[in-house]
Amino acid sequence: MKYINQLRMEFMSIPDNVGLARLTVAAFASQLDYTVSEIDDIKGAISEAVSNAIIHGYEGRPENTVRIVASLTTRGLEVIVEDTGKGIENVKEAMLSGYSSVPERLGLGFSFMQSFMDEVAVLSEPMKGTRVIMFKQLGRRGDYASEN
Amino acid sequence: MDSEVEVRSNALVVRLAGEIDIKVADALRAELETSLDRSRARHLVLNLDRVSFIDSSGLGVILGRYKRVSVQGGKLAFVGLRPAVQRVLELSGVLRISEVFPSEDEALSRLQ
Repeated sequence: MKYINQLRMEFMSIPDNVGLARLTVAAFASQLDYTVSEIDDIKGAISEAVSNAIIHGYEGRPENTVRIVASLTTRGLEVIVEDTGKGIENVKEAMLSGYSSVPERLGLGFSFMQSFMDEVAVLSEPMKGTRVIMFKQLGRRGDYASEN
Repeated sequence: MDSEVEVRSNALVVRLAGEIDIKVADALRAELETSLDRSRARHLVLNLDRVSFIDSSGLGVILGRYKRVSVQGGKLAFVGLRPAVQRVLELSGVLRISEVFPSEDEALSRLQ
């Protein structure tokens, strides 16, 4: 696996930046030969990861920083979404579909990320922050119907 | 995100446009609640024809309103789902508790 290109971005932890993040990473990922539906998947995964950082990591406080490192490789896109917020006590529990620490939220964020991407890893330490590492393989060429 | 609300027979028809994420979730929740309060409509028809993106924050708003409508014996219906939106609704299981129609007219004639 060879690195072709890399994008690093940092922004304030405000909801306005969720759209900015997913569109920027999607535009960057378009340098590889992804299908339209694969680019949609990438947008969805970034949206969930960045929303989690803002809502859970920083508990809605805007004066914090979300950091993204996106790398294009010969095998596909790797994205790291990172916050230095409150972290997750129990990553396994948090990644279960339907689990949410915040009432009124669905707890679908991680399960969406896992559906949209080929690999998702979550590293977290309470009071230190959370790092989500995701990988979207190139050349799967599956459309929505055949993936289901 | 833009929205347009209309009461047709016994349903609240809401036409949304743009991207539905955390940025617009609170405003959309408030708008739908107000419209449901005012209209006293039984069913909720969401026309997502011009919605290009939705994530779990947007879905949370829709599911919350589904709960409200279903408590009153109403139904949730969708019109005009683009592939990306349809996929997210499918993954979340929302399509198992709602119906999808090709047009608003068809939705309204079937939701009586």
